[in-house]
Amino acid sequence: MSEIALQVNFGLNIALLLMLVAIGLAIARTRSLLAAILLMGMYSLASAVWLIVMDAADVAFTEAVVGAGISTVVLLGAILLVRAGPVRHNWRMTIAPAVLVLGVGGLLVYAVTGLPEFGDPASPTNAHVGRSYLIQTSDEIGVPNVVTAVLASYRGFDTLGETVVVFAAGIGVALMLGFGPRSNLPRAPAATGDHHVVLRVTAKLLIPLIALFAFYVQFHGDLGAGGGFQAGVILAVAPILHALVFGLRGTIAALPVRAVRSVATMGVLLYSGVGVVCMINGGGFLDYDYLFPPSVEAMIPPGLMGEPYHAHHWGQHFGIFFIELGVLLTVAATMVTIFYGFAGRAAEEPGAST
Amino acid sequence: MNVAVTHFNYLAVVVLMMIGLYVLFSTGNLIKRMIGLALFQTSTALFYISLGKVSGGTAAIKIYPDSPEARALAAPLDPTYVQQFGVGGVVYSNPLPHVLILTAIVVGVATLSVGLSIAVRIREAYGTVEAGEIEAVARLDTADAGRDP
Amino acid sequence: MILFEALYVAPPALTAQAPILVIAGPLIGACAAALSPGGRTAWMVSMLTAAFALWMAVAVAGEVAREDVIDYALGGFAPPMGIALRIDALGATMALLVASIGVMGALYSGHALESEVKAEKHTLFQSGYLLCLAGFLGLVFTGDAFNAFVFLEVSSIGTYALVAVGEARDRRALPAAFNYLIFGTVGATLYVLGVGFLYAATGTLNMVDMAMRLATLGDNSAVQAGLAFVVAGLGVKAAMFPLHGWLPGAYAGAPSLVSVFLAATATKAAIYLIIRFVFDVFPEGEFGEIFLSWILAPLAAAAVIICSVQAVFEKEVRRILAFSSVAQVGFILLGVSLATPAGLSAGVFYLVAHALMKGALFMAVGAFAISVRARTVEDFSGIAREAPWSAAAFGVGAASLGGVPLTMGFLAKWSLVSAALETGEIWIVAVLAIGSLLTLIYVGRMLEAMFFRAPGRGAERAREAPVGVLAPLFVLAGLSLWFGVDATLPVSMVNASVSALVGAAP
Repeated sequence: MSEIALQVNFGLNIALLLMLVAIGLAIARTRSLLAAILLMGMYSLASAVWLIVMDAADVAFTEAVVGAGISTVVLLGAILLVRAGPVRHNWRMTIAPAVLVLGVGGLLVYAVTGLPEFGDPASPTNAHVGRSYLIQTSDEIGVPNVVTAVLASYRGFDTLGETVVVFAAGIGVALMLGFGPRSNLPRAPAATGDHHVVLRVTAKLLIPLIALFAFYVQFHGDLGAGGGFQAGVILAVAPILHALVFGLRGTIAALPVRAVRSVATMGVLLYSGVGVVCMINGGGFLDYDYLFPPSVEAMIPPGLMGEPYHAHHWGQHFGIFFIELGVLLTVAATMVTIFYGFAGRAAEEPGAST
Repeated sequence: MNVAVTHFNYLAVVVLMMIGLYVLFSTGNLIKRMIGLALFQTSTALFYISLGKVSGGTAAIKIYPDSPEARALAAPLDPTYVQQFGVGGVVYSNPLPHVLILTAIVVGVATLSVGLSIAVRIREAYGTVEAGEIEAVARLDTADAGRDP
Repeated sequence: MILFEALYVAPPALTAQAPILVIAGPLIGACAAALSPGGRTAWMVSMLTAAFALWMAVAVAGEVAREDVIDYALGGFAPPMGIALRIDALGATMALLVASIGVMGALYSGHALESEVKAEKHTLFQSGYLLCLAGFLGLVFTGDAFNAFVFLEVSSIGTYALVAVGEARDRRALPAAFNYLIFGTVGATLYVLGVGFLYAATGTLNMVDMAMRLATLGDNSAVQAGLAFVVAGLGVKAAMFPLHGWLPGAYAGAPSLVSVFLAATATKAAIYLIIRFVFDVFPEGEFGEIFLSWILAPLAAAAVIICSVQAVFEKEVRRILAFSSVAQVGFILLGVSLATPAGLSAGVFYLVAHALMKGALFMAVGAFAISVRARTVEDFSGIAREAPWSAAAFGVGAASLGGVPLTMGFLAKWSLVSAALETGEIWIVAVLAIGSLLTLIYVGRMLEAMFFRAPGRGAERAREAPVGVLAPLFVLAGLSLWFGVDATLPVSMVNASVSALVGAAP
């Protein structure tokens, strides 16, 4: 085995992990919330790079758009609304957590010594089910990206649950921030004067490109890194950018709050609908091999899907296509709902302001 | 080899986890707590991903056996190693932890946004996001409970 | 389960799909509720969906009675490659319990929401309620350790906000919901971490496969820590002492529908999963025994004593009931910690009994809350004169909680004591006795105020709750009575559950 390549890889791994620890310590130390949030964004980007080194391309993508992207937006929106000053520090509050943390840490170190070595190809994790996926995907699913195959088909039920979690978060944020006199009151349009002209022109150029990129990520998910979650978050960035540059009022006029909520619902309905259709056609829930009755499957011209490993898995291909579309709809609409919740909230009671 | 080297990733994850828990429990600021919680959740992601890494592996996107890319990826590795642990002549990292962690990351952002939205409402109802001050007001509420039905 | 054996409630094609329909039904219903034009429609959707879930749960119970265990491979992939639902008698019993409470809650929500939640929020609220129902049903059916985490989160994420909505009545609901979120998420993350260690040791997430592989592994620090983290994480969700800090505030502050549903199902589902891991996944041997008798039993005993004392000194009725819930979780876990068939069956029976009585109690408190804003025991003085039917139902629930003969609570306590005597653990009997005594004290305080005192300022304005609220309340309270007299049905289900778990009926 080529030692040099492996050592470079392992060296990068160690360097990035040390960087993460350093950023973590900085987050723990800082009293400024803004600094902590920006450090959190850095942490996510650094861990995205680390994830690439770990061959987790899909996860790296997600961490970059979710961790560094939408989480930072939500955190910034929240500190704008709570108008918190610097974090107060009380040394008496640090003793009990320190003891707790050392206890948990001790247990963890004890546990870690029982794990197989890092990178061991013969460890139970890498030898059992994980390896079976790598071997069987080509025959059973027929998409090159094994992560997509496992995510959307083998463990498609988990992914349904995950989509529902996103949907539930949208409901939660809407219940908290979407109602009452303070909600959906856009602040004064952000850009009115001419000095924002560069921003406006750039945004106008960028917004369609962002949407286009989202669809690329969506439909390329079978072949490379990407998929509904990443694409959904990216797609949500388009209206968010629009709201930031042109003001929330215009964005809500174009994409009304209720409509966006309905789209989030449609995504979950589409996903579970695929499952129900499979059931009606005689298979189990989410068994995409039964997505089309045989009579329909016979009518699909061969070669329609380009160049998959095994062209006969129409059900799997279309099943994955539809459920990823459901994921896209729910994630994008929920992210916009969450953004509406935070951005549309008035920091002070209307009328009470100066 | 030394455990500190062979298990370096796991030990780093333990440290990150401890930092996250410490941030979570050592501050009264609700926003900072959410940040600590997010750190703690992310560290489990790093743990799972470390478990799925295979030495000399590549991302689990299948490459045609015997294609130039496959041969280029296998070239630096020991042929018997590729033979034993590869699939179609290429060594891949384990895709399953990646799938699980995609789920966990999404759950993380869901928790974060719901938590922050509750924190915003707390600010509106109590005028502060410091746990100590909120508790003081809440204690008054509790004391009032008997007097003001 | 014998009673279910001859029960064919659905056509065969539907019965074959019933396990997944129990979960998918409420999920789709949640979408429909969110799309509803108004609260009234959303309520109808909620009712229909919950009823459908119960129907399917009964169908599943029938199948389980005939076939012992049902496996349902999702996506057509056999485990461990795919996710599989795996339902035995215990899972079927839990699903029946959760779905029945779900129906009662949906029925109850028709009127209860109107007084506590703003009308414009009703559609989203019902949607969140159905998601929570789907989450718990998924949790009890899934045979996959990671999938259980996903359902844990499905049931939790929306619930945090549902609890917080209680701020309209009491702003303390907000910090309570935030606390619940922090604790709940730490618990879920610890659970994932534990599952990660078990996954590292076995390479699989399917519980059956995991158990088989763990059995051949022998002592390994990763496995031990993994099991410890799994139980600790679930312990937070189950409000296992001392990880229960989130519960009193959350149950006291939430809208009554949410209190009813959470009190009757949330901790129960987590306890179910603990039982599953301890008896199905843990390798046989010392580790499990040490855990049960040296960690679980003392903590459960501490919960019984300490939280009962807290309940005795608490002033607000909802908080008394909430602290009582933590203490009752202690009772249940004491039974489980005995690890004998008799102990386990007493624990599971107690679990069912507690779900029914606590559901009824919180429902009754919510029924009073429709007309008056009463919080403390004093506020409830003499309320029985103004609202006799609700008060009667409360009385039945409280009697069952206190362990008065001819109620289900009495049978539950009785079987717990006899199981403890059987194993010779006298100290457990003593703890049970002290705990029951303390329970009688706080139950007595509430009943005395309600029935034997002159109406206070709050109670004078009290009016009887509408029929839509009384009906589900009477069903729950009535079940506590009926099963106290004739416990054939729950006993047969519990016995089947226990023999599915440990292979021997009590």
